[in-house]
Amino acid sequence: MATPAAPGPVISARDLRVQYGDREVLHGLNFEIVHGETAVVIGGSGSGKSTLLRTLVGLERPSSGEVRVKGLDITKASARAMDDIRKKIGLAFQGGALIGSLSVGENIALPLLEHTTLKPTTIEVMVRIKLEQVGLSGFESYSPAQLSGGMRKRAAFARALAMDPEILFFDEPSAGLDPITAAGIDDLILDLKKAYSMTMVVVTHELASAFLIADRIILLDRGNIAAAGPVEEIRNSRHPRVRQFLDRVADTTQDDDVDHLRMYTEGIR
Amino acid sequence: MPFVAEVGAATERSVAYVGALAQLFGKSLRVLFVSPLKRSRLAQRTVHQAMAAGVGALPITSLITFFVGVIIALQGAYQLQRLGAMQLVASLVSISITRELGPLITAIVVIGRSGSAFAAEIGTMRVTEELDALETMALDPVAFLVVPKFLAMAVMMPCLAVWSDFMGVLGGCVFGIVSGNFTFGSYVIATRDALVAHDITTGIVKALVFGLVITAVGCQEGFATGAGAEEVGRSTTSAVVISILLVVVIDLVFTVLFYLARGAA
Repeated sequence: MATPAAPGPVISARDLRVQYGDREVLHGLNFEIVHGETAVVIGGSGSGKSTLLRTLVGLERPSSGEVRVKGLDITKASARAMDDIRKKIGLAFQGGALIGSLSVGENIALPLLEHTTLKPTTIEVMVRIKLEQVGLSGFESYSPAQLSGGMRKRAAFARALAMDPEILFFDEPSAGLDPITAAGIDDLILDLKKAYSMTMVVVTHELASAFLIADRIILLDRGNIAAAGPVEEIRNSRHPRVRQFLDRVADTTQDDDVDHLRMYTEGIR
Repeated sequence: MPFVAEVGAATERSVAYVGALAQLFGKSLRVLFVSPLKRSRLAQRTVHQAMAAGVGALPITSLITFFVGVIIALQGAYQLQRLGAMQLVASLVSISITRELGPLITAIVVIGRSGSAFAAEIGTMRVTEELDALETMALDPVAFLVVPKFLAMAVMMPCLAVWSDFMGVLGGCVFGIVSGNFTFGSYVIATRDALVAHDITTGIVKALVFGLVITAVGCQEGFATGAGAEEVGRSTTSAVVISILLVVVIDLVFTVLFYLARGAA
């Protein structure tokens, strides 16, 4: 399959809706992410940002709407076409999600061993390079359980990078880390951005890190896009929800809390 | 009548569950023949599983079936002595072990060791998002995790059953020799005369089916695990309970079938 030319959206969503049972979590999102940019999706807990990420990689099926990744509508794609797309993306999970029964090195080698015909010695070298890129050289033989939280995330990055993906997804890269380690992770993402011309989609609730790494920010609010645009535009936005999120103001009115609760309980009764 | 409705609902759930098991088995078969994953890697994982589920179960299975062989001989002798038919101990032990207890006890040991482990392994991978990670790497969890387990169990369960037949008969033999009525040679001859090939093959067929059922239930329960560590425990428990129930039910069905077919055989 010929890859579409560089300009134009790599990922696009049109009227994307996702439901869990009767509860709709994403209420018709429209956005585009273009080649080579780093898009950061920010939003509070329960805003649907993790669901959005899971939908973009095909782990969650939308109830309606369309998601195109590299031109292919993944909501209608066959399993085989989906696998082809998945070989071109990498996803670093929040908790790492490294396979516990394999060593760190084996985890990174796994997609290479399964999907390529490279020689084992070549794969070994590639694993070493990937680990070096994320600052974990020498940790090949460690088991994931022996690593700290930050190291596990780095190892997950290395695995996501293993197949030299065209699109890289990060789920909460700095969540649950101390400020120094979190800053290290941000630097790592910036390094990756400089080293490759990859399209990156980062989901986070860390504002500082979002403004640091993003080319463009999408602010999700209760399943809707409250604002989307270049970093400066978001920073200077006058939109009340955006200001509230950026200025870290708690929801004060009772109505907001009730609305929020209703979002979760809709259709349960 | 809420009671009738409940019975109906429970029946429907049971049928749906068996359907889900069959679906998992069917998908595994399909993946086995058309999987895009590499054969050599599949073989590697299958050997790994076979070592853990089959070879690893050898010592404990041997010990238990050996003791069961002794127990059957003792219990049998207790009754047969009154009839003055002590020479029948050898055939009693060999037939009950090969046709019934060998495969059944092997199945129960394997459920405890491997059925529970399958559920716990896949359940934990669900909780830690490892299953999602496999999927995003274009590695189908069924092809990657379930198929090797089915293959390993389909080979190892019959082997284990034959081995436990041997150990059970050995247990009976020890009793036969100790109680004085048999020599090793005469016990072996008595066993050989009592057994026909059919006794052993029915046991092997049962063991094969048990192996497939144990794998299907273990994996199914693993995939059905919800969020949290507690859920992994729940999956493991239900994998063991459901497997034991299904194995006994299937054993009953097979025994009835073999019984009805005895004229033809």
